[in-house]
Amino acid sequence: MLKITDLRANVDDKEILKGLNLHVPPGEVHAIMGPNGSGKSTLAHILAGREGYEVTKGEVLLEGESLLDLAPEERAYRGVFLAFQYPVEIPGVNNTYFLKAAVNALRRHQGQPELDAIDFLGLVREKLEILHLDESLLKRGVNVGFSGGEKKRNEIFQLALMEPKVAILDETDSGLDIDALKDVAKGVNALRGPEFSAIVVTHYQRLLDHIAPDRVHILSEGHIFRSGGIELAHELEAKGYEGLVRTEAGS
Amino acid sequence: MSNSLGEVDTLVRREYQHGFVTDLESDTVPPGLDEDVVRLISRKKGEPEFLTEWRLRAYRHWLTMSEPNWANLDHPPIDYGAISYYSAPKSDKDGPKSLDEVDPKLLETYEKLGIPLAERAALAGVAVDAVFDSVSVATTFKDKLAEQGIIFCSFSEAVREHPHLIEQYLGTVVPYTDNFFATLNSAVFSDGSFCYIPKGVRCPMELSTYFRINAAKTGQFERTLVIADEGSYVSYLEGCTAPARDENQLHAAVVELVALADAEIKYSTVQNWYPGDENGVGGIYNFVTKRGDCRGDRSKISWTQVETGSAITWKYPSCVLRGDDAVGAFYSVALSNLRQQADTGTKMIHLGRNTRSTIISKGISAGRGQNAYRGLVQIGKGAENARNYTQCDSLLMGDRCGAHTFPYMEVKNPSAKVEHEATTSKISDDQLFYCRQRGIGEEDAVSMIVNGFCKDVFRELPMEFAVEAQKLLEVSLEGAVG
Repeated sequence: MLKITDLRANVDDKEILKGLNLHVPPGEVHAIMGPNGSGKSTLAHILAGREGYEVTKGEVLLEGESLLDLAPEERAYRGVFLAFQYPVEIPGVNNTYFLKAAVNALRRHQGQPELDAIDFLGLVREKLEILHLDESLLKRGVNVGFSGGEKKRNEIFQLALMEPKVAILDETDSGLDIDALKDVAKGVNALRGPEFSAIVVTHYQRLLDHIAPDRVHILSEGHIFRSGGIELAHELEAKGYEGLVRTEAGS
Repeated sequence: MSNSLGEVDTLVRREYQHGFVTDLESDTVPPGLDEDVVRLISRKKGEPEFLTEWRLRAYRHWLTMSEPNWANLDHPPIDYGAISYYSAPKSDKDGPKSLDEVDPKLLETYEKLGIPLAERAALAGVAVDAVFDSVSVATTFKDKLAEQGIIFCSFSEAVREHPHLIEQYLGTVVPYTDNFFATLNSAVFSDGSFCYIPKGVRCPMELSTYFRINAAKTGQFERTLVIADEGSYVSYLEGCTAPARDENQLHAAVVELVALADAEIKYSTVQNWYPGDENGVGGIYNFVTKRGDCRGDRSKISWTQVETGSAITWKYPSCVLRGDDAVGAFYSVALSNLRQQADTGTKMIHLGRNTRSTIISKGISAGRGQNAYRGLVQIGKGAENARNYTQCDSLLMGDRCGAHTFPYMEVKNPSAKVEHEATTSKISDDQLFYCRQRGIGEEDAVSMIVNGFCKDVFRELPMEFAVEAQKLLEVSLEGAVG
């Protein structure tokens, strides 16, 4: 599904990603863990096409097609979704209006008919239940006055509506209480299937207890330093990044 | 920047270079202004003597005034001697013969705005019967309105048919001594609209009028007077579009509103005059005096404006809250892109007891635009329990534009409550990226964010107008980001 080969990227002339390789086959969920400053968010942003990053080498293929030259919205049309670490507020823009514009933009570019207000509302109600989101959120401005938990749930709500091929969750678990964490996991798990892949970027094993990843990768200093199964997350939890690096050096 | 008293005096007193030979049949009087021109305008329009005299008093007073220079605006001096002060509708022989001869850029804009084909020709200055200059205003549904005793006609017609109303109300809200531009307007106003709603009548439709500027080098001096008699209601719409012209055009209109006891006037404007090109060449100079007088108890006046056009906007639609329990409101979206400059705001003058006013101002600056909000809230000694709420927000796009806020408050009654809130924000890269990640393209994202910013004002507009206003903002902001 998603194949990243030897990806190198700079921010302000400083190299952040230093030859990153990652392959996420269809239907799999991969966790990326790593210390602060290891390049996790940079990777998430580059995959979604955010400006301000200079890719100096390597390629990113989605179903064999290169993403790196595409605008962010083009990537969205091809099925890339980023759940933001810090969801952005857009005052005065009604959340429902925003969601409908987004869903219909995707449908238009994917050759599907646009949803009218009634069909859209039906879809929305169905997804709201999964996430325990209050319907009143729909009437408020996009993320305006949302609590931290509401913002993250709203991200997963959008994920559920947009049904991408690849979802990148950028520290979606940070700042969430256990109930919200479970709801987020439930939202992601509901999408799992042979056509859906996800990259879950996180600091903690906590979220991975609820979204069981197929693979766990440790990102350190701009490249994947170790990969393994869920046991790697447990090892990390026990030893910490420092300990893990030392183990590696000693072995 | 402004002309000193002496210079103006010289300019207006300057003799016509071609001598004073006025061909009464001609469409446009030669440039320049003196008492004879004022008399001529009045005579051409067949006005009663009181009006001729009123014009002349205004003209004489104007000679003693100088152009104001306190606004946050910068423009080359206006040569008042080079302006022609009267222009009748004409066959427009000099204009384009068909749409093929019109600047394609202009046509593209009309297309985007969804202006009907027939109207596009008129707007672009093509010789079409329906094109008017400063003489008349399209008045519609007149018969239906007449059934209820509503008068809605051109100002000239009102002068002929209802001189007593004109004599009773003209200049009672904006006196001819009011300010440089209003005084000039009083002396030379060409035409405009008149509206009278009788006691207890709720006007059954939105009254609308299109002011359009079509003749180059003709200053426009409309005069509008709206009177809502006791217990009546009217919603009045004013919309403007103008074709591209190379030369700066002066526009100095006056709008007077009178609301008697228990009456309500909603006055909405969408202004889209030619803003000049990206280098600031061309474009309309818009110096407008708009004021509403809540003369009776419990009367209400609201101004809603969407200002996207003009090279220069100098405009402060105001309310004088004279009656007890009177309510004034000002809702404004002002956009300045390219090199546009806008200095706009309102005055809320609280005189009566329990008077209330609301000011919501949304300024958008893009390109090299400069946007200033200037507002005065004045609470008079007798205005017990007066209340004002002001919210003043600015949105910046890019880093070459500017937003400025100049709030003035004068409170002379200790029971008053006056609130002022102001914010300045930018359309952030984060917002744009967020929208684009969700599949909403950049231009759509910008217009979504801008519309969200303006929502509090748009919802005060009548439905069709709100749609037009959104389209206008989209067109006006095209290419402003990225």
